Formats: sequence, structure tokens, C-alpha cells
Amino acid sequence: MKLLSEYSFVPSPENVDELYRSLGMSYPKFFKMDLMSKASLLAAERVLLSAGLRSDETKPDMAVVLVNSTSSAIDDIEFQKTISKESFFPSPSLFVYTLPNVACAEIAIRNRIMGETSFYLRSSYSEDFLFKAAGWAFSDPSCRKVLCGWTECLTDTPLCRMMLLERDI
Amino acid sequence: MTGITGHNIFCGLGFGSDEVYSRIRAGESDLGLHDSGFALPEPFYASLVQRDEIERRFAGLPDTCQMTAFEKAMVLSAADAVAMSGIDPSAEDTLFVLSSTKGNVELLESGMERPDGRMSIWSSARRLASFFGNPNEPVCVSNACTSGICAQIAAFRAISSGKFRNAVVVGADFLSRFVVSGFQSLKALSSERCRPFALHRKGLNLSEAVASIVLSSDTAGIGISLEGGAIRNDATHISAPSRTASGQIAAINAVLEGKPGFDLAFVNLHGTATLYNDSMESVALHTCGLDTLPAVSYKSIFGHTLGAAGVVETIVSALSMLEGVVFPTPGYGENGVPYELSLSDRFRKISGTGFLKVMSGFGGVNAATLYKLIR
Repeated sequence: MKLLSEYSFVPSPENVDELYRSLGMSYPKFFKMDLMSKASLLAAERVLLSAGLRSDETKPDMAVVLVNSTSSAIDDIEFQKTISKESFFPSPSLFVYTLPNVACAEIAIRNRIMGETSFYLRSSYSEDFLFKAAGWAFSDPSCRKVLCGWTECLTDTPLCRMMLLERDI
Repeated sequence: MTGITGHNIFCGLGFGSDEVYSRIRAGESDLGLHDSGFALPEPFYASLVQRDEIERRFAGLPDTCQMTAFEKAMVLSAADAVAMSGIDPSAEDTLFVLSSTKGNVELLESGMERPDGRMSIWSSARRLASFFGNPNEPVCVSNACTSGICAQIAAFRAISSGKFRNAVVVGADFLSRFVVSGFQSLKALSSERCRPFALHRKGLNLSEAVASIVLSSDTAGIGISLEGGAIRNDATHISAPSRTASGQIAAINAVLEGKPGFDLAFVNLHGTATLYNDSMESVALHTCGLDTLPAVSYKSIFGHTLGAAGVVETIVSALSMLEGVVFPTPGYGENGVPYELSLSDRFRKISGTGFLKVMSGFGGVNAATLYKLIR
């Protein structure tokens, strides 16, 4: 597989807002997202722009594969606070983000990606595993490109690294 | 060929696929109303795995890492499936694959501000693999409600790559205050036993289960092989399926592509009994020309067991395929979806040599897998 473009940054609430502004995006859904979805979406935006791909073109032959360590733990902890015995007001909009693969969906919706979306969990960053998981997506004969990334906002070393990979012809 | 060589279901109906299968074959279900379960203000309809049953079965087994009940149940289920398959779980060419949406999430009830290692799904998977002395980093799939068949697809691909001969796929999710209140907040739960595809369906029933499938290369195993799978996103909404069913249509077409003349006996639908899921599935089957194929949903028997559902339902479908029948869908009466499907309230004899399994979930994800009867 061939690396078409890549982008890395340290995801934090400040950094995602700054990146959103620097990209000149106008995407109101962005402000409803959790931190992991925001970070993943912005990294995907950068990588697809670098490769000259437009967000409004339907992409039936592209997959999104994301990997991290703590799953949706940031949102899990926030949701848990809404269901204490003293104050029980579970939030449906928060609960939806307690599934990590929703970050794949946010990227797919923004960029009309209709191929496979998969989320895997791994103890720590592993480039080998990112390429292995991308290879699994390429084993689907209709898949030509894979947007593949590590998206971890919570550990001591937060990192969002996105790559756009193309199948060897 | 990638065959199923071992399997286990551990749920409210019992331990072991044979026991569970014979109970549901006799029409049993463990779904019931749980009033004040998890100290929640609203009752919910569910089937739960008895915690003392887990401890009783686990007694005497080595627990070097103080496993949670959730992890012990996974070990018990995997051990039973591994024993049936006869594979060496400690071999370098055996891979463990875990499907779970929320793992040990109930540990959050202690009020932690940062997750510790115990809460991570990958750490539960490591404890599972290390119990069996397996040297490989396990693969953990988290694709919402499709995870159970996505994990089988990952296992299939790992075996097809040639590096692994066997994969132990474990699907597991337990209920908690967290999971039940979340689904309640989405207004997705039915206050009575769920009724997939029915006119008066009111939503889904959540349930607990742990289930395991061993997949092995170059064998027909119990007589059912996994022929392949496909995953597609409908890129429409983070928590609702596409009305046009684009993702599920694409997944079904992809898995059937290149298999002209494949003689499908039945389709095992997701059939959660929510308004939108069941409607979407009927549109998908109709568009794919499969609406006259015998169809079944097991959600009104087991409930929706989340990360375990794809594994539980594959095992039941495989055993019913071997028996030559398709299960009824209890609670289905008057059709309530745009295109009426071939569902029934009784067992039907089937002809054909394989079955299709489809699932869909939050995050716009749709998945399909195809299985073949090998005589």
C-alpha cells in the first residue's frame, strides 16, 4: 500500500478549535462532537485536502479505520456523572459518543465515505497494527483507499495521527 | 476454507450452546421485567447472566489477575469453545479476538476521574488471552452493535492472511446502570417483550451474554464455514440508520458478490424491534431481492446482547442450519415494516446450503457475513 498523505497533532480542546479555524471550515455539526470525533475529523480533513480529495464527493471505495487505547473513556466518565443516584439526568446526546466508532461515522458523514468503517482498541500506539488493520480493510476487493489513524485524547501521551493509504495496483 | 470448530453461549438460559439451543428450541426465553435493577428509577425488560453462576463455574480455576465477573465469564465461555475445537489456545498461530461495546464500564461506578487499566477493553482481552497462555496481542473490535460479526470478519482476515490457523472470537457485554440508563435516555427500550418487525413494536430489550466461536483454517469443523464478510457505512447519521438502507444494501451485495448461485436457506436479521432499524432492514432485503427468503430475528428470544449478539446469533443460526430448520420470531404478528418479510411464529424446514447474517448499529455501520453448510 502507498502513503498518499499524513497528518499528526496533539489533540486538546484548544488545539482542535485552533485547527478548525485554521482550516477555514464551516461545519456546524463540529460543535456538537466530542473531543475524539473533533480531532479525528480535523486530521482527516487535513489529510484528504492534501491528497486533493473533496469532502462532497461520494467515496464508495474508501474505508475509515481508527484505533486507540482508552476507547470513549472521556465521554464514559462524563456520562457516568449524569446518572448518579443524587442527580439522575442521563443525556442521550452524550451517551451516543460513548461508542468510539461514532468518530468513524463523523468522518464518513462529513466526507461521504461509504466503504468500511472499523474501530479497534490497542494497549498503546503501534504503527505495525495500523498498517495491519488497513491491510484488513484492503482485503475487501472494493476498497481502494483507507483513511487510517490512531486517535487517543486521554493517555499521558495524547496523539492523533491520520494517514491516507492507497492500494497498490 | 475457514470452519467453525468450537462454540459456546453463556447467557440467562444456561451455559453451553447445546443447553441454550435445546431450551430455545423448546420455546423458552429468559426475558423478563427487572424492577429496580441497577437501582434505576425505571424498570426494564432483560435477561441477565447470574453472577453466582459465574463464580460457581469459575471456582478452582487459576485467577492470577483478579478478574471481574465479566472477564471470568469470557474465560469460561472461551474455554468451553476451545475444548470443543481441540485447538491449542497457547499456540503462536492462535489469535484471540474480542467483541465488546462497553467491557468493564460498571467499574466507573466507583467514581474514577481517569480510567485505570482495568477499565480498558484491551486489558480485559489481555487477561483473557493470558489465561490461555496465548503469546499474541489480542484484537479488540468496537463497532457498536455490529461488533460480533465484525470480530468474525477480523478473525477471517487474520486467518486468510496465513499468519494464523485458529482464532477464538469472544463476544461479551454485561448490563449496568450506565448501559441501561443510556438506552432508556434514547427512548429505545420496550417496556414489554420486544416484537421484531411487528406493527406494534415498541423498541428493543437489552440483555447480557458471553459467546465464543473458534474459527479454524482448512477444515469444515462442525459443518459450517465462514465464507466472508463485508462492512459498509451509510454516512447518514451517527445514531439512526439510513432510510434508504444504503449501507446494509452495499454490505449484503458485497458479501454475495462473486457467489452466483449461492443457495441461501435463510437470513438472520438484526431485527432489534426499534422502529427505524427494522424498517431499514426490510428496505435492504427488498432492494436486494431477498424479501421472500425465510428470515429470523432472535431478539425476542435473547434480547439484544450488544457486543455478544453477533456471536450468539451466528451460533444459533449455524446449529439451526445443521438441523435444517429456521427459528420462529416470537412476537411477530401483523407486519409493521415497509416491505413484508418472510417471518414466522413457528419453525420452518429449510432448503439451501447457507445463511446470511446481517447487523447494523450506531455510527452508521452495517455488516454482513455469509456461512455455508459443508456436508
